[in-house]
Amino acid sequence: MTNFSYTVLIPLIPIFVFLFIGLTGHKMKPLVSGIIGTTGLAISFILSYFTAYQYFFNTEKINGAYQKILAVNITWLQFTDKLHVDMGVLLDPISVMMLVVVTTVSFMVHIYSIGYMKGERGYHRFFAFLSLFSFSMLGLVLATNIFQMYIFWELVGVSSFLLIGFYYEKPSAVAASKKAFIVTRFADLGFLIGILILSFNTGTFDFINLTTVGGPAMATGAGASFLGLSVMTWSLIFVFMGGAGKSAMFPLHIWLPDAMEGPTPVSALIHAATMVVAGVYLVARLFPVYALSAPDGLTVVAYVGSFSSLFAAVIACTQMDIKRVLAYSTMSQIGYMMVGVGVSRYGGEAGLGFMASMFHLFTHAMFKALLFLGAGSIIHAVHSNVMNEMGGLRKYLPITHITFLIACLTIAGIPFLSAFFSKDEILSAAFEHNRLIFFVQLFVAGLTAFYMFRLYFRVFWNKEPHYHHTPHEAPLTMTIPLIFLAIASIFAGYIPFGQFVSSDSIPFHSEIDWLHVAIPSIIVGLLGITLAFVMYKKESNLPDKMANSLKLLYVGAFNKFYFDELYLFVTKKIIFNYISRPVAWFDRHIVDGSMNGIAWITNAASIKIKGFQSGQLQQYAFVFVLGSLLLGILFSYFFIYLF
Amino acid sequence: MDILSLFVIIPVLTVLAIIISRNAKNTRVISAIGMGIQLLMAAYLIFAYFAQRNAGNNAEMLFQVDYVWFASLNIHYAVGVDGISVAMIALTSVVVFAGIFASWQVEFLPKEFFISLILLSSGVFGFFISLDLFTMFLFYEVAVLPMYLLIGIWGSGPREYAAMKLTLMLMGGSALLLVGLLGIYTNSAPNGGVLTFNILEISKVSIPIAAQRMFFPMTFIGFGILGALFPFHTWSPDGHASAPTAVSMLHAGVLMKLGGYGAFRVAMFLLPQAAHELSWIFIILTSISVVYGAFGAIVQKDLKYINAYSSVSHCGLVLFAVLMMNKTAMDGAILQMISHGLMTALFFALIGMIYGRTHTRMINEMGGLMKVMPFLGVCYVIAGLASLGLPGLSGFVAEMTIFVGAFQHVDIFHRVVTITAVSSIVITAVYILRVVGALLFGPITNDHFLHLDEAKWFEKLSTVTLILAIAGIGLAPLWLSNMIGDSLAPIISRLTLFIP
Repeated sequence: MTNFSYTVLIPLIPIFVFLFIGLTGHKMKPLVSGIIGTTGLAISFILSYFTAYQYFFNTEKINGAYQKILAVNITWLQFTDKLHVDMGVLLDPISVMMLVVVTTVSFMVHIYSIGYMKGERGYHRFFAFLSLFSFSMLGLVLATNIFQMYIFWELVGVSSFLLIGFYYEKPSAVAASKKAFIVTRFADLGFLIGILILSFNTGTFDFINLTTVGGPAMATGAGASFLGLSVMTWSLIFVFMGGAGKSAMFPLHIWLPDAMEGPTPVSALIHAATMVVAGVYLVARLFPVYALSAPDGLTVVAYVGSFSSLFAAVIACTQMDIKRVLAYSTMSQIGYMMVGVGVSRYGGEAGLGFMASMFHLFTHAMFKALLFLGAGSIIHAVHSNVMNEMGGLRKYLPITHITFLIACLTIAGIPFLSAFFSKDEILSAAFEHNRLIFFVQLFVAGLTAFYMFRLYFRVFWNKEPHYHHTPHEAPLTMTIPLIFLAIASIFAGYIPFGQFVSSDSIPFHSEIDWLHVAIPSIIVGLLGITLAFVMYKKESNLPDKMANSLKLLYVGAFNKFYFDELYLFVTKKIIFNYISRPVAWFDRHIVDGSMNGIAWITNAASIKIKGFQSGQLQQYAFVFVLGSLLLGILFSYFFIYLF
Repeated sequence: MDILSLFVIIPVLTVLAIIISRNAKNTRVISAIGMGIQLLMAAYLIFAYFAQRNAGNNAEMLFQVDYVWFASLNIHYAVGVDGISVAMIALTSVVVFAGIFASWQVEFLPKEFFISLILLSSGVFGFFISLDLFTMFLFYEVAVLPMYLLIGIWGSGPREYAAMKLTLMLMGGSALLLVGLLGIYTNSAPNGGVLTFNILEISKVSIPIAAQRMFFPMTFIGFGILGALFPFHTWSPDGHASAPTAVSMLHAGVLMKLGGYGAFRVAMFLLPQAAHELSWIFIILTSISVVYGAFGAIVQKDLKYINAYSSVSHCGLVLFAVLMMNKTAMDGAILQMISHGLMTALFFALIGMIYGRTHTRMINEMGGLMKVMPFLGVCYVIAGLASLGLPGLSGFVAEMTIFVGAFQHVDIFHRVVTITAVSSIVITAVYILRVVGALLFGPITNDHFLHLDEAKWFEKLSTVTLILAIAGIGLAPLWLSNMIGDSLAPIISRLTLFIP
């Protein structure tokens, strides 16, 4: 058995880097902090690849299945006799795969940021936060138990909050960071309740115990039911709520587009490649529990994913801010991944969806990071996010152009690029298990090709606006990550993913279903591209005509179907004005008022009776005589009455 | 001299030394040294406690000392500590230490200020080590009364009103408490024998149920008033808003914990049967506290009011957890007391420091402070994150322990109140982020703010001490949780004995 205890260094190095830069960063030159941060991540990156190699090729399989290995595990907090929170490192195919994804993208983003953030105030703060995020994300993927995952889940949330609000002097960035945190926090409430129910019924937080097929944990929760679903199903639906919040699934998606207020490398790392897929990872982590004891929970996952992917793709077709288009595209692609796990079954060929979902997570991380970094390069060149202020950039940004084109072709599902394989496997799984979802996803594939090429043509072709400065290609630190990720986007599809990741950890071989899946998907993809070509290659009035003919849909989508307004209404109007204000008023006037009232009564009463103590002897004598007389009468009355 | 009594004697000696000190500077240095020694002793006490436990000493209370004080009523000066008291003593010494440095710049009657402050702390220490209800009550009053002077003389705003309100409400609590304690005393020997005030002795007998029903609400509410139990919490916003920095720190950080600690050590422990019968009333009140305080905090504009309402919410969670009556939840209750004590002290210290510079506490008059005072800004963010329960800081550990503990009850009533309490994590996030956003982020709204200076050394020392304690507990909670958990055993076993 290989000793994996060194893997604990993979998350620990970034946290030390965070502390180091955070405490001493203001004293060093900005570039130095960037280099320290990048070096730290480079070490984690190398260790992760080494771990992956060791795990997949040098570790014995038992019964043909990859083993779950607890590399490190120490008790962190003891709740009850059974329930304890551990901190440790769990290695299994999906966590090792995530290690590779997270460190690769994070490393690339670090290199890119050295150039991109040049001259920014708070350069060292940026790198410190990037390291904090990397630590949290790595801790999340390596979690040995659901509570450890929740802990790091919150930590990635706060890193995301800090990075979205990086430009803290900009009110829109502050608002976006608050929104992201509060919406995901609301989702995490569901996650926490889910954990509470799940752990109460199964008596464990531990992933290995929870997911052992036929183990005691899985059997216990299936019993009692509430509203027709078992307790296990309810708890997993609650857990999924957390995942949906982090992964920006409908209707908890509203924070993601606003999160684009953060610096672009952050969007690439957190809001495209790693943190937002944590929800998919969460479902994948608990997949045996979902698939075997709560299949209804999986159905929820599939439908939420499918609807989100359609919803986001429609909105993406209308947005003008390139980062927002990419944000909705991310939401849409995560929807695909959710569909993948959602339609999957446990074990062997039936587990194709699970594998495809993880595969798509992997390829998406590469090409979406590429798209965002490319967008960063564009923004760097033209100092704007809005498409109207771009056009004809292919001449000025050759490397960005080529790499961006590769990414667009990949996401559109053009054959033999990476997403072609991963997306088509999701479609195959959907075709197998749920035809409705299959057709929705097929349609979304077309939309995806359309909106991505709309973006591509508008930015790199179309009419050239008047630029104040001639746009120029980004420096090498920025283009090298682009080239690396472009290569990854092209070739990642050739990884025989089923050999490494599968629902039951037993390698299997998958084939693409050309007739039912691949050919239709290629056709809709090409249709989408052609449509975008016709409409946006040159400046024309076609887009306006199109928008007018579908006016209602267009206006709705352009305004994101008014979800921001709905949320504002709920938070500002209902919670702030109709709950909090009355509570505060009640507290000041009723609760406190009654306390003051008691004081006032005491005061008033004492004023009324204080006249008795006047100090005048005549008055006292008068009262005394009067009292004696009264008593005398009373006594004589009783005396007569009684005898 | 036994180690526990030193915790009362050192503050008294410090006060004496302050009385003969000549100037403000000496006063400050003496206070700092005295409380520094206190802090070191608290650290030593933790080690001594673990040494005793590891040596196999399983006594319920360690380091016990008992002197007869008033023989005819069987009043003793009896002290002793278990893990819970040790934790509370450590909390107190950290907060007092930080409080001294936070009030380094008190200019008006500094000598008298520090005397009152340290006298107050000696009362708190005495309360936590007492095993005798009578001495406990005595120390309780010693801790509460200097508050009137501290707010009335050194406060701001409508300070006389606030001081009067706070003192009167707490005195009302004391009155209830005194009746309750005497009631326990007169029933402490149901099988004949000598009446006693000793907690350990009373915990061996079972007080008649009729007496329990009468005195449980009295003691619980009596302590609950200090612990900001809804609807008796309204002294808190006004009191905190008018109190000077160190007093707010000590009051919210430590004094309010007397309520939680007393409710748990006296009301729950000595009157378990009534606790089981009547807990539902107080569970409802505390779960209201939790949510109500949080909603109340959302709309406040004054930083101190926000924090006061936030304290209502967090302290509500303490009493809520105490009433859940199982080991995990009660463990969480103590952790929450410590955690809330540290972070609210940090909040009040920072608010004082910010107020000292901006001369306003209204969040709508502030903005962009992060840029001019990054150190205080970062500290404020850390305090905020601790308050909203970020893992790695103490609040998370406490809250999660409470929630998991409360969730061990299976009936609908407990489930509903638990989920209500859990939902406070979202509301807390809302008001914390609102404050942090309005206060620290955004553009600078007032040109006057551009010239504000950064934290001074004593301010840094004060905040860093608290942050280290918060992060220390948040990162490595197991020892503390175990220390508390072990000491809960007798209380839990007494409570389970009387499950109806």
